[in-house]
Amino acid sequence: MKTAGIILAIVLALVLQTTIARFVVSGTVAVDLVLVVVVYVALSSGSVPGLMTGTIAGLIQDSLSTTGVIGIGGLAKTIVGFVTGVIGTQFNIAEPVARFVVFFAATVVHQAITIGLGTVLGLRTFGMPYAAVAGEALGNAVVGVAAFQLTELLPGAVERRRTGRNRLRR
Amino acid sequence: MPLLDIRQRSGYLFLAVMLGHVILISAQVTSRSGVPVLEAVTFGLVAEAQRAVSTGVAKVRRTWDRYVWLRGVEAENANLRHQLEAVQVQYQERRALADRASALEGLLALRDRSNLQTAAAVIIAASASPDFRTLTIDKGTSHGLKRDMAVIASDGVIGRIVAASPGAAKVQLLIDRNAAAGAIIERSRAQGVALGGGDSRLRLDYVSEASDVVVGDLVVTSGIDGIYPKGFTIGSVDAVEKSGPAYKRITIKPAVNFSSLETVLVVLTQTPVNQVEEQKE
Repeated sequence: MKTAGIILAIVLALVLQTTIARFVVSGTVAVDLVLVVVVYVALSSGSVPGLMTGTIAGLIQDSLSTTGVIGIGGLAKTIVGFVTGVIGTQFNIAEPVARFVVFFAATVVHQAITIGLGTVLGLRTFGMPYAAVAGEALGNAVVGVAAFQLTELLPGAVERRRTGRNRLRR
Repeated sequence: MPLLDIRQRSGYLFLAVMLGHVILISAQVTSRSGVPVLEAVTFGLVAEAQRAVSTGVAKVRRTWDRYVWLRGVEAENANLRHQLEAVQVQYQERRALADRASALEGLLALRDRSNLQTAAAVIIAASASPDFRTLTIDKGTSHGLKRDMAVIASDGVIGRIVAASPGAAKVQLLIDRNAAAGAIIERSRAQGVALGGGDSRLRLDYVSEASDVVVGDLVVTSGIDGIYPKGFTIGSVDAVEKSGPAYKRITIKPAVNFSSLETVLVVLTQTPVNQVEEQKE
């Protein structure tokens, strides 16, 4: 059930990514929803689900991006998923601020690996696009923290609403 | 202790997956010699052993040739001097011819714009990853679209087709970090290569330090890449900086607003690159 949920989240992230990304394609603020899913799974389920999600999601994303080398995104997301999972099990990352920092750092590390590999393999000749990386890190962190808040608050809110209705009936 | 075991196992899994990725990437990426990296690494290891043997033999041979067997060296030296003089004269003649050709090209520059056959297409999706600037359009090979066809809009150049299926095609935007186009400053005719940076700006590289380029100059396609037709707007010069002793670092603001695109035009007219690919097929 959990695996099915993760797969569904990856598919949903890819669909949303290809639908909404075009509206921010020329701006410096972009969101990598697939990376958000990887970090979310790693923080909530640990290093092994994190690395597996990173591998699968990264490879799917790479295969959909015709201009790139398949495996670079997968490798970057695997590292991010694994390391985030380890951090999530070693430290208490329950506060929104801590989660924000983790999502932000995960995006920076992901971009550093992607750009570093691209440079090492001679696939790109540009330096670090600091503004774009910072924008994406910020976007991912906001979306990631919001996703955690929603998933944690929503069941409680539904429960409270039900309780309120029952009281009114009485 | 059980916690340690789990950690160790996840560590092995992590290493295995990483190794898989490295092998996958190595199999795709070609080295500078055009060989896949995986093959290059394997070959490189074998070659090192061969090199050790060959270096020993070469050293002995070089010592013999340089210090022992010098017969005929003086005659060869004189012959090479004569050849060098002849080549220097040829070089001067070729340079004079090139200057004349360049002047004639300048006169003919405006005559190269021709009517192009195009097909309109609607954008249906964007890239799956924000690292790559691509768009998907609703026309494909069944509509006559092929790889490396230029895609333009009313404002200017958008990019080129990098993959096409019967019903859709993927367009690599000019701002993608792997994209490039031959470009020319319309006012001064200074040539360069417009390169995408993965963000909203383009760079114009390989423009000589001596070229006349100022902020606001219009940058158009030069047509030398064989993909983009000549004379289409790329953007305007946003900044000009000095980059080393030979070149200028120029930033271009693209003429097209890539985030508000809805429909585009695909240039169906055959370009040199299309023709070569067609011949291959």
